[in-house]
Amino acid sequence: MYLGRVIGNIWSTVKDERLTGQRLLVVQPLTPELKPTGKQLICTDAMGCGAGELIYWVKGKEACMPFLPTEVPVDTTIVGIVDEVHVDRNK
Amino acid sequence: MLIARVIGDMVATQKHASHEGMKILLVQPLNLDGSDRGDAVVAFDAVDAGIGDQVLLATEGFSAMTSVGRPASPIDMSVIGVIDTIDLIDGLEWLGKAPAASTPEKSNKKSKREK
Repeated sequence: MYLGRVIGNIWSTVKDERLTGQRLLVVQPLTPELKPTGKQLICTDAMGCGAGELIYWVKGKEACMPFLPTEVPVDTTIVGIVDEVHVDRNK
Repeated sequence: MLIARVIGDMVATQKHASHEGMKILLVQPLNLDGSDRGDAVVAFDAVDAGIGDQVLLATEGFSAMTSVGRPASPIDMSVIGVIDTIDLIDGLEWLGKAPAASTPEKSNKKSKREK
């Protein structure tokens, strides 16, 4: 799982029918220090999160697990909204 | 699986139901020389690891889910072990520590270094 921030959303009308009703959000991956890292990507939303929220997302086949028994054809999904991050790299 | 170091933890109240009760760690994957290997990731804790520990990180869904006992849930990373020592063939440095002085005759022997 990876840290990220929601920075936008995507509207799509013509799509796989199993994606109907799924929100598609643009996510910027972050380091634990909350600095942007890597390229932005699109995630489906299993949590109902909003713009600017700090989240964590999951990659791979596990991304469709929150939507079972429907097998939604996605590979990245937001699975949690982060409240606090504690980092100590020197310990 | 990767070698990694626990660098922090994280609190999330709104999360997938299958994540309830899990300890969420921030884990930095490491190269064999101890340098950072890419960006830190979020992983669940299957072994009660703490900040600063060197750990074994499973980076694939099935192993991550089974190690924390949550099958068919959206989990792709988990800490599955705490590393005590790593043995490398002479000449390689582990985590920035200088290799033990060795003569050429001994150079093929294994040496043991503490964490």
